[in-house]
This record gives sequence, C-alpha cells and structure tokens, in this order.
Amino acid sequence: MYPSRFRYEAPRSLDAAIGLLQAGGDEAKVLAGGQSLVPLMKLRFASPELVVDINNLPGLGYHRADPDGTLRIGALCRHADLEHSALLQGTQPTMTAAAPLIADPIVRNRGTLVGSLCHADPQGDWASVVLALGGSVVAQGPRGRRVIRVADFITGPFQNVLEPDEIAVEAVIPRPQGTRAGGYLKLERRVGDFATVGVAVAIETTGENVARAGIALTGVGGSTIEAVAAAGALVGRPLTAEAIEQAAGLAADAARPKTDHRGSAEYKRHMVRTFVTRILSRADAAAERAA
Amino acid sequence: MTTVFDDPGDQAVSDVPVRRIKFTVNGAKKIAEVEPRLLLSHLIRRGIGLTGTHMGCDTTNCGACTVLVDGQAVKSCTMLAVQADGHEISTVEGLATASELHPLQEGFSEEHGLQCGFCTPGMMMAAKALLDRNPDPTEDEVRWALSGNLCRCTGYQNIVKSVLWAAEKLRSSAG
Repeated sequence: MYPSRFRYEAPRSLDAAIGLLQAGGDEAKVLAGGQSLVPLMKLRFASPELVVDINNLPGLGYHRADPDGTLRIGALCRHADLEHSALLQGTQPTMTAAAPLIADPIVRNRGTLVGSLCHADPQGDWASVVLALGGSVVAQGPRGRRVIRVADFITGPFQNVLEPDEIAVEAVIPRPQGTRAGGYLKLERRVGDFATVGVAVAIETTGENVARAGIALTGVGGSTIEAVAAAGALVGRPLTAEAIEQAAGLAADAARPKTDHRGSAEYKRHMVRTFVTRILSRADAAAERAA
Repeated sequence: MTTVFDDPGDQAVSDVPVRRIKFTVNGAKKIAEVEPRLLLSHLIRRGIGLTGTHMGCDTTNCGACTVLVDGQAVKSCTMLAVQADGHEISTVEGLATASELHPLQEGFSEEHGLQCGFCTPGMMMAAKALLDRNPDPTEDEVRWALSGNLCRCTGYQNIVKSVLWAAEKLRSSAG
C-alpha cells in the first residue's frame, strides 16, 4: 500500500520545522516515530499534503529528571528508551509497567511517547499513564511555548488542542508529593493488539495517607477516561482494603465499555475493577515491605 | 541505478516530488532517487532487488519486513524510504558471508526453525538485534524479543530453539 502523494521536509532546526508548519497550514503533519501516522497514511485515513519529519531535529531524544524530580520526555524519546531506562526504575512504577506493554518490541524502537499523546487514540496506553500521573505536554509554535495538561490536551478520540503550526516538543511528569506507587495493567488478546482493557494507577503517599491519586482507563470508552471520583476516594486517608474496594468500584462505574470482538461490556467493566484492585493491593504490599 | 515503481496516481510527472538519498545496505553505499511516499520495504525489494525482506501484512503487525536501521529492528513497511537518508540498513542477505552461514541461519537449519519460511527473514533480523545487545538471552527473553514477529505456521517452539542455538554458537566462537 502506498500513501497518497505528499511533500516531504526533514528540517534540522525546530524553528525551521515550525516555519514549514506555518506555511503548510491545516494540510501539514508532523512525523516522529511514524508507527501510527504511516499506517494511517497507507490506509488513506490521513492524506497530508506536507509531512514535516522531525527525526533530524537535534536534542529531542532525551528523558531526564530535573533536580526537584520533575521528569521530562523529549519528542523523539522512543518507547524502547523508556522500557530500558535506568532513570525510571524505582521512581516511575506506572511508566515502567506500561512501557513493555506498548505495541510490540519492534514498534517500540520507533514510536514515541509524545507522538502517542498527540495521536490520542482511545486505545493508546501512554495517554492513560500520563493522565494518571497528572502530566502535561509542552507545545512550541511561532507564538512561543505553552504547557498544556494532558487532561486538557486530549479533547476526544484522535483530537488534541495543538494549533496547526505547533509541535509537541516534550511531555512533563510532575514530581511526586511523597512516595510514588502504582502500575499499569493491560488485557490484550496477543502482543501488539490494542488493549481490551487498560488501567493506569498512580498514587503518591506522604506518611500514612495518600496525598495524590490518579486513575485512567484505556479502551473502555470513546476516548481515554480519567476516573476522577475513583482517584478522589483514595486521597486523604491510608490505602486500606476498604479504600481500594471503593476506588475499584468507582473506576468500574466510570468506564463506558462497548461489547465487541474483544469482549462484552460487562466483562470489560469487571476487568477495570479487578485491575484497579490488583494494582493498589500490590502498591499497598510494596509500601508495607518498605516500612 | 534506474528504478521503476508503480504509479497509482494521475499526477503529472513534473509534479512528482523526488528526493535523492544516500544510505548503505549491508555495508554497500547506495544513492537512490525516491518519491517521499515510497516505503523502505519497497526500496529494498524493488529498488535494490533484495527480495529476502518479505512483505507480509503491510499493516505493521507481522514483522516479516523487519530490517535493521543503524542496528535497531524496524518494520520496513512502516518507515519511509526517504528516512533512510544517512543511515545503515541491514537485511537478511547481509547475514551470511560468501563462504559461511551466520550462526542464526545455521541455528534455523539445525533446529528446524522454519516451515514455509515466509516469516524467517524477519525473525532472523529481530533475533540478530536481540543477540547484538544480549548475547546470552533466556528463553523468555527470546520470546519477548520476537513477540512482534508472527509465524502463521505457528512454529514458534523451534524458532526460539534456533535463536538459543545461535546464541550459544556465537558465545562459544567469541570465547
């Protein structure tokens, strides 16, 4: 299969890339890892007139922590970089759980976290993870930089708030309030398939109590779902069995699954409850071992 | 080098954007003129004539088209040929020398790692990327590394055995 014809530019600087996007208007697309865009172009679901390949832009492949613990992930940081990252081990349990479950190992060599957020596929794993962690996207355009919370960045299936002349250059995960715990669990029929159900949980504990919690759901609605009430039920108290059960129930209520070839709506809703319980019970056990 | 590709569109020849790229394939330096929409898999198979890289699903699922780009496994149906500019491509044809098979090829022969053989080049290239960074993988690590490659004969057991055979051969010859 061939994509339809397009002009291709591979600029060497961010300013040049933004300039090309300004000239290209609505008909330009940014190409990073290409593991979603190229298949969409081959299937002719996307037919941009101009493709701006950002793979030659210098200095965007990083992921690094600021001195205060804020994590920054550049637009060309591949899934595999995060999967094999020593930096994330021990500090980012939700991310380290999710990274090896993205697509398949070969796709992970090319695809990027920032690209996945921009693509905003309701079945995309990273959107749930970054949503649960309260993360943001940094967009750069001719009017400068702006930081957009992922909750505001993704506005629907395959939709984000980027202007046509803006490039998402970085994802930001805020520093934790206290000790971070959590995980990502994904039910898939086989490696590389989209999630039947995915659940991201991130909690931050200060002393006895949970100071911050985030829960987000993949594949059980028209877009990524942030289970706000479920996360709220965990905050301000210890992570007890009762709190876990309450959060799991509220997360299942927040899901909007549809019956399809991957399973019935009832089954998917049940799996949301099971996954939330499983991740939080493990987090509780890990905290006890640490104490 | 002259290359002729399908023209599925009705655009005038003068409007077709063409770019000149430089890259290497299995160590040989190449220059090609390509349309930006040409896929890397098409450049390798039709442009260069290396048909060992197979096109299976053409939808980023099966991994039959796996090649190495700068040593990393990539599904060549999901990368544009123009993106190979300045990079090193390795295909299954680059594994053997004129006189000797690569241990991976020997392994697939010894352990009956193929049935129809269609997935084999992709399996070998994904396995090569694994063994290059991890010379002593566990069976589990081999299975994970090959989980983006599908074998529709379902001959996975012997494929895993073949890769482990090759790993041992490579280690013993290196030691």
